[in-house]
Amino acid sequence: MADYRDMWNGLGIDLETHDKLCDALPVLFGETFLDQKDRPAAMDYFNMVIAEVHGLRIKELLAHKERGGTVVGSFCIYVPEEIVLALDGLLVGLCAGSQFWVPAGETLLPRNLCALVKAGMGARISRTCPYFQSVDLIVGENTCDGKKKAWDILADEAPLYVMDMPNKKSPAGFALFRQEMEALVRRLEELTGKTLTAENLLKGCERVDRKRRALDRLYALRKADPLPLSGRDALLVSQIAFYDDPERFIAQTEALATECEERVARGQGVFPKGTPRLLVTGTPIVVPNWKFHAIAETSNLAVVVEENCTGTRYFEQKVSLPEKKDLASLLDSLAHRYFDGIHCACFSPNEGRLDDIVRLAREYGADGVVHLSLSFCTTYQIEEEKLRRRLAAEGIPFLSLETDYTPGDEGQLKTRVEAFGESLRRHR
Amino acid sequence: MGAKGVLFDGSIAASALVPTGWDMKETARSLLSSLVGKGEASIPPLVATGYGRKSVDGAHRTVTEITCHAKGVRFLDGRTRTVLDIGGQDSKVIRLDPSGNVVDFTMNDRCAAGTGRFLQMMAQRLDFSLDEVKTLAADGEVQPLTSMCAVFAETEVVTHIARGVPQETLLRGILQAIASRAAAMVAKAGLAEPLFFSGGLSRIDSLAVLIGRELKTEVTVHEKSPLAGALGAALIAWEDL
Repeated sequence: MADYRDMWNGLGIDLETHDKLCDALPVLFGETFLDQKDRPAAMDYFNMVIAEVHGLRIKELLAHKERGGTVVGSFCIYVPEEIVLALDGLLVGLCAGSQFWVPAGETLLPRNLCALVKAGMGARISRTCPYFQSVDLIVGENTCDGKKKAWDILADEAPLYVMDMPNKKSPAGFALFRQEMEALVRRLEELTGKTLTAENLLKGCERVDRKRRALDRLYALRKADPLPLSGRDALLVSQIAFYDDPERFIAQTEALATECEERVARGQGVFPKGTPRLLVTGTPIVVPNWKFHAIAETSNLAVVVEENCTGTRYFEQKVSLPEKKDLASLLDSLAHRYFDGIHCACFSPNEGRLDDIVRLAREYGADGVVHLSLSFCTTYQIEEEKLRRRLAAEGIPFLSLETDYTPGDEGQLKTRVEAFGESLRRHR
Repeated sequence: MGAKGVLFDGSIAASALVPTGWDMKETARSLLSSLVGKGEASIPPLVATGYGRKSVDGAHRTVTEITCHAKGVRFLDGRTRTVLDIGGQDSKVIRLDPSGNVVDFTMNDRCAAGTGRFLQMMAQRLDFSLDEVKTLAADGEVQPLTSMCAVFAETEVVTHIARGVPQETLLRGILQAIASRAAAMVAKAGLAEPLFFSGGLSRIDSLAVLIGRELKTEVTVHEKSPLAGALGAALIAWEDL
């Protein structure tokens, strides 16, 4: 990595602490990714992105700001990227995936709160995430009690705007979401000094649509047996989608998909044909949280699809453009894309998610479903009971795992995952 | 804590238990030599299980303790459909299909509450040895405990001692708390009858009685159940022959 110390200094990064993070990440990344056999050559690009995640990409964001653009940060896929792009903004995911930031978060938040919220807060107040330091605005959203109450504290530390979220998929719920989207548009227009028009919104929609379709194409290849790429690598690509330059990301993901298509045609795989296949569902898996995938895929199992916010929920739904392309109709269609098709556990009931999991398990030929939940994530942990019942009725084997970002439970997780694999092999 | 081994030749030919030392590989070697004798030229097919399963030199394969435990229990009682295992530091529930295959399992291993270690800590506070705990009658006065965290429960027990609650009443309260927690774990996994109770704590008769009452079911125990994991591994090695 080039020397970015001046840039980081300018962003107010705590360099000494940040150095420790920069030292730890390559080791973890090497163990998890670079030691894999027969990786597609096109993964080199994604290796580079991670190596430069706090360097080159930040430099690009700052250059974008120099040119008069804005940078918006978020923690959630309900924040519409189309609108941000339309107003000449860039949307980036914020740091929240490492134990590194949790202790700082715990100085302001209760310990019995999910690691993602604590890490997010910690990354900001410890000044060790250059994304947090670069953004003009953070868009929060009320998708759980932890976030909802944490925003109020974060607002004292950083420029923050909060979208309210409905709890129920009803006409009234939709109306609330639609209103909140409208209010976000006003806030972003105020921030950027630009006006949202049908024209720029259509362009934003078109761009995000291509990103989603590139991921669609890549994920479809994970339905093959043998698998052309590991679950770890697919996860990495989805995680990078949240940070990377959209156009470059699309081109690189298409290149990877082309290479994987050739592999599928040749019957070349990263694991032996017949390796038991897992669908993972539950809480988001954000950089650099690669714990579960690494454990599963070093236990003779393959992760074939993720039904979560860093997986299919991010890209499966498309905007169906209205016949009349005026701004209000476009915003309606956009709101429907987010509200109707994304099944977050902040909604109750949330049957749509259970349907998605069963459908995806069949589509991807999954032998079993793993519910992966961060400790203290109330919504997902409670919803698990409904999932357990549904999968029992469908005859799909199920494993529940609870963990956080702390190392030390890999052995226990591995025992569960291996035991699940043993029963799946017999089940076949 | 101990490492267990079983030698199987159609029936249990030998079994051994050695304390787990710092060196897992050395522990495995000494366990093996006490099973097959130092002079043996060849080691029979060997399956390793448990947290130390990757540390056993000469094992032809490893299988998790979930699968092995289920297998071992079914050998001891072929009717078993649910296994409740409470060991020194973890507890687990395994549900089996009518043929004995694992259909579901849950484990608790990040918290000492309700495990052998929890009981040991509480018994020490009350000046009971584990052998004395085994002789405690299931029926009698009970001092309910409200906290199941090993740390908070100890504080609670100390409070009751200070209030002059009789030791036996308190100890029964501790066993009742363990039984309630275990029963909840079984209920969550879904009880299929009959239930087999294994692990170190299954040797406490009154605990088995209390768990049976909580779940309103018969509880089967077996003197060899602490060996179930090793026995299951030996059975798998036997099948691999």
